[in-house]
Parts: sequence; C-alpha cells; structure tokens
Amino acid sequence: MAGTGTAHLRPETDALLRVEDLVVEFRARGGTVHAVSGISLDILAGETLGLVGESGCGKSTTGRAVMQLPRPTSGSVRFDGVELTELKGAALRRRRPQLQMIFQDPISSLNPRRRVGDIVAEGLDIWDVGDAESRRAKVDETLDAVGLDPDAARGRRPHEFSGGQCQRISIARAVITDPKLIICDEPVSALDVSVQAQILNLLEEMKERYDLTMLFIAHDLAVVKNVSDRVAVMYLGKLCEVGTPDVLFAQPAHPYTAALLASIPVPEPGASADDTGVLGEIPSNLDPPSGCRFRTRCPRARERCAEEEPQIRNVGPDQYVACHFPLAPGEQLESTPA
Amino acid sequence: MSGGEALLEVTDVATWFDTDRGLVHAVDGVSFELERGRTLGIVGESGSGKTVLARSIMGLLPKKDVVRRGSIRFEGVEIGQATPKQMRKYWGTSMAMVFQDPMTALNPVMKIGQQITESINTHLDVTRAFARELAVSLLESVRVPDPERRMGEYPHQLSGGLRQRVCIAVALACGPQLLLADEPTTALDVTVQAQVLDVLEAQQRERFMALLLVTHDLGVVAGRTDEVLVMYAGQVVEKASTATLFSDMKMPYTEALLESIPKVTEPSHTRLAAIPGRPPDLVDPPQGCRFAARCAYVQDRCHEEQPPLRPGLTPGHEFRCWFPVGTPEGAEALARNRAVAATPGEAP
Repeated sequence: MAGTGTAHLRPETDALLRVEDLVVEFRARGGTVHAVSGISLDILAGETLGLVGESGCGKSTTGRAVMQLPRPTSGSVRFDGVELTELKGAALRRRRPQLQMIFQDPISSLNPRRRVGDIVAEGLDIWDVGDAESRRAKVDETLDAVGLDPDAARGRRPHEFSGGQCQRISIARAVITDPKLIICDEPVSALDVSVQAQILNLLEEMKERYDLTMLFIAHDLAVVKNVSDRVAVMYLGKLCEVGTPDVLFAQPAHPYTAALLASIPVPEPGASADDTGVLGEIPSNLDPPSGCRFRTRCPRARERCAEEEPQIRNVGPDQYVACHFPLAPGEQLESTPA
Repeated sequence: MSGGEALLEVTDVATWFDTDRGLVHAVDGVSFELERGRTLGIVGESGSGKTVLARSIMGLLPKKDVVRRGSIRFEGVEIGQATPKQMRKYWGTSMAMVFQDPMTALNPVMKIGQQITESINTHLDVTRAFARELAVSLLESVRVPDPERRMGEYPHQLSGGLRQRVCIAVALACGPQLLLADEPTTALDVTVQAQVLDVLEAQQRERFMALLLVTHDLGVVAGRTDEVLVMYAGQVVEKASTATLFSDMKMPYTEALLESIPKVTEPSHTRLAAIPGRPPDLVDPPQGCRFAARCAYVQDRCHEEQPPLRPGLTPGHEFRCWFPVGTPEGAEALARNRAVAATPGEAP
C-alpha cells in the first residue's frame, strides 16, 4: 500500500468523522519516524470502522491523532462538522467528552489508587454534570449497563478485578459522558478468548444502547470482522484497502490483505497456514520503501511499485484498494517467490 | 502411545504454591506421555496451569513455598523432585525452553552470538571457533537472514520475530531431545507468527525432537500438533489426538472455547458465544467439576461430584465430564438447561 488518495471517502455531510491526508511524524535519533503518512478515513454516524494492521503500522497513532493526543503533523480531522486540528485550549476541551478512548491494557489504564466509583464518575465531575446525587445514580446505572454490580464494584479498586472486569470499568468510564465517538485501541487483545467474546458482545450492546460510532483498532482480523461495518487495512503508515468486511475478507484485492488472511491459524486440523507469501518483517518507518511501501514483502511487486506510489481506487462495490496489481476476484496470492 | 518408550512420562503431577491466601492449586494431578518426534499441544486460558506445568517439567519453579507431587520421568529417570542444581545437567542438552516474550528472555547487554555460544561452550567440549561456526549455522537454520552480521548485534537491534528465532537458536544450541515452547508466538504479529511456527516445526522434524507447545490459541494447536491436552483450572479436562479433539470433542469447555473465538468465515456482527463468568479461585477449587459454574450442560451432579478423566471411543481420548458433548445424556442436559433458561424469572 502505500497508497494515498480519497476515492474511498463518502460525501462529507454523512460522516461523523472525516480524516483527510493525516500525517503524524515523530523526530527521533537517526531521523524522522513516519508513523502515519497521509491517510484518509471517514466514519458515518452509527458505523463501526475497523482499522487493522501489524504492530508498527500506525493504527494506534491514527486513533490518537484523531483525539489530538498528540496533534497530527498535518492533515484534517473533522468531527461532527468541526475541524479539531484548529481548535485550541478550552474549545478543544469542550469537545473531548464526545470522543472517548478505550485502551488495550485494562489494568494499567485505570488508576490503581482510586475507587471504581470515582474512576467512572471522573468525566462527570470534571464537567460538573448535575448534582452529586444524580452523578451517583448515573455511575450506578452505567456500571449496571456494563454488567457490574454497582454496590459491589463502586467502593473497590481496580486490582480487585480481573482483566475482563477492568475492561468493563473502562467501557463504563468511556460511555458515561455520552460520547458520540469511541476509539477502541486493541480493547480485547490482552484478554482470554472466553472473556474477549464477552467484551465484544458488550461493546455491540453499548453501541446500540448509547448510539455510538466506533473506531475499532485491532490486529486480529477475525475480531475486526466481527464488530465492523467497514474495514480499513493499514501498512506502514498508509492505507492498503478499504471495504465492507464481507467483501474484503471473501475476496481481498490487496496482496497484503490476502497475506494477512492467509496467516491466520484456523482452528481446524489440517488447515495449517504455512505459505503466507509474505516475506520477512515490516520495514522500519524511519526510512520507508519508495513507491508502494509494501513492495519489499510483496510477492507481486514489480518495477513500477518502486517508482510510483499507488493511489487508492475503486475496484468493486464498496471496495477500494491502493495497489498497481490488485488480485482479481477469486485470484489467490501466489507463494513466496525466489 | 505405548508405555515404556516415552521420552517424557508425567504422572499425576501437582504443583501448589503456598501464598498468604492459602495453597494455590496451580497444577492439580496432570498425567501424559510424550514420545520423540511428536508434538503435544497444551491449551488453556490464563491461569489454567499450562505454564506452571511446563515449568514443573523444566524444574524452573521458585525455591520456596512450592509443593510438588507426582512423578516426572525423563528417559526413565525420575526428575519430579529434582532441584535446579540437579536439573542443570538436563537444561540445554536434554530439554530446553522457549519463552513467550523474546525481549526479556535474551540478555539485553550481550551480543547475540555470545548468547548462543555461551550455552555451547558450557555444555559441549568444543573450541571457541567451532562454537562460533555452530552458532552461525544455528541462526541460518532458524532462517535469520545475514547470520554473520547478526552475531555481533544486540537484542534491541532485532525485531520481535528475529529475537524469537534467536531464542529458538539458543534453545536448540545443544541439541535438546525435548523442546518446551511456552506461547512462543503470542507476542508476535500474525504474519511473523506463521514464520516462527514453521521454523519450530522444521527444526523439530529435522532433529526428531519432542515438542511441547503451550498456547492459548486453538488455531495454532489445530495446525501444528499431534495430540492436545486441554487444561482448565489446573486439571486436564480433555486429552485427544488433534484430529479427534476437533472432530469429536466431548468436554463442554473445549466446545465453549472453540465457539467463543470469532471466525473470519462468519458474517460481521455475529453474536459471539461467550463463556459466562470466569475460572474458579484455585485456593479453594469447587468440589465438583471445576467448569460447572460456567457450563451450558451443568446438572446438580456436576456441582457435587468431580468427574474423573474417562476414556472416549477413540483410543487415547479422555475427558472429564458427566454429560459429554454429542452424547444422549449431554444433549438431554443441555435441553433441560435451555428450557429452564427460557422460563422467565429463573435466571441461574
């Protein structure tokens, strides 16, 4: 991928969040880290956008840049009609309750010294919503909604809870300010599969109950497919492919999407995933490859891929890909070349 | 598996930790055998005892406050109570271990080459030059590109996948007969995971090693093992050849675990079959079946009487359940519970 472009964006009036040409760079010893290099995304109200990719592809940085934590190097983030990158100080702060985040590690993202009731109430306290009585009622109602017994949970501290329960507390903390958009950054990857399923189901319930829009960041394709209405695949700071999950997973057009799908171990004997076709590991984002950034690992790479960066383009009903040589429907990714 | 020729025989092994809260029954009566050239998968969730079991075999347990019972025989020699000092002669040459986190498993201030030659020089009587040569060929065999150059680098200069290959090279350096891999790919990306598992499999085949693969991922187990132990709350709840386990699972826990995994083949927004609740406290495990509180098949008997491991139809298949999956009594139990659940006001 490597691609830039905005062909996959929908009319701006429909989108709750519209990110255009987002760039995030960090200065580091030895140069500049190109964490996110010109990606564009949009999420319609009520939609869940899944953002997938390997570690280091910039998916978490994208989520944080939407929150303006830290501010992106360049690009536009329009949320509910307001350009967040231009807001400063109090104006930005006033928007924050509408954007909430849920993090990967449920235990370290909660203050160990505070009681659960106070952690969940904090958003309300900061904004001085209602009186103490109504805040307390709201905390209880929210704890109950995420499946915790308010009377048992309120006075206890995070370490007294399991990972799955801590993630429920994080979700309660996030939804209590009546946000419009929730950014979930790997919310289930630290959990066991049995608990992971509980939390994924809970997120779907919360979305329904509180009318949420979600940016769901994860590395696990099966998890992303389960929760998303639309999926964007990222590689080394760029977008590879965007589409509805049912299409994207059934007939991936980008070789990287196909390779990711092929490397998932399937819980069926004999269905071993050994020939993934992808060579080696993700290159450094200090000095990303020219042209298409995926070309160094791509079995289909040709000369053109090094010279010219592919632009994202439409290849099928709601399927967009940034590749010079995409897979045709039904075509398999050949295995590793010499 | 026939008796007598197994490389590793584990019989009724229990490992308990003495804590302020009482004895934690981390591993509670586990038995299995493993032959050369075979791969045994141990699956379970966090806290099921799979890592403690692997560490008990390696003799890598804390010195104090540990109660060990049962027998572990390696090549017919009892090592169930061996001290780390006695185990030292086994480490590296007879059995070796690959850990989950390749960053903390390697020494951050020691060059890669040195970390591999260190164990070669300790265990084998070879010249330094030969040890170095061996180290380079080991790195080559685990498919580390440009091994000569990597020998002079430090762990932080390598990616996670390369570090894990180095850990595998270190573990293989002295030609162990048994390799224990504890979640070797959990910290890695999915594309790299497949590559690292391929390396492990290739080396195991080439060296005719026995491999004990500890993982929480049933997908990894399905493609890479001959036999599987499913652990829950310190016990083996099902044991079978990999093919049998997936085609004819009998333990409701195994079934629930498999069903709770989201699958790429299912449409989006499919509601997942989550397992309610969480595993029991191992300080005071329930007297009946340890999975009873979370089980869809549960009956009164399950809370009262602990089911023993009993044989299934296929040789080598064992499971711990009174109302097994796919049997008339199991189907009846499930139907009864569903009928109760459908009655309003009767929440369990």
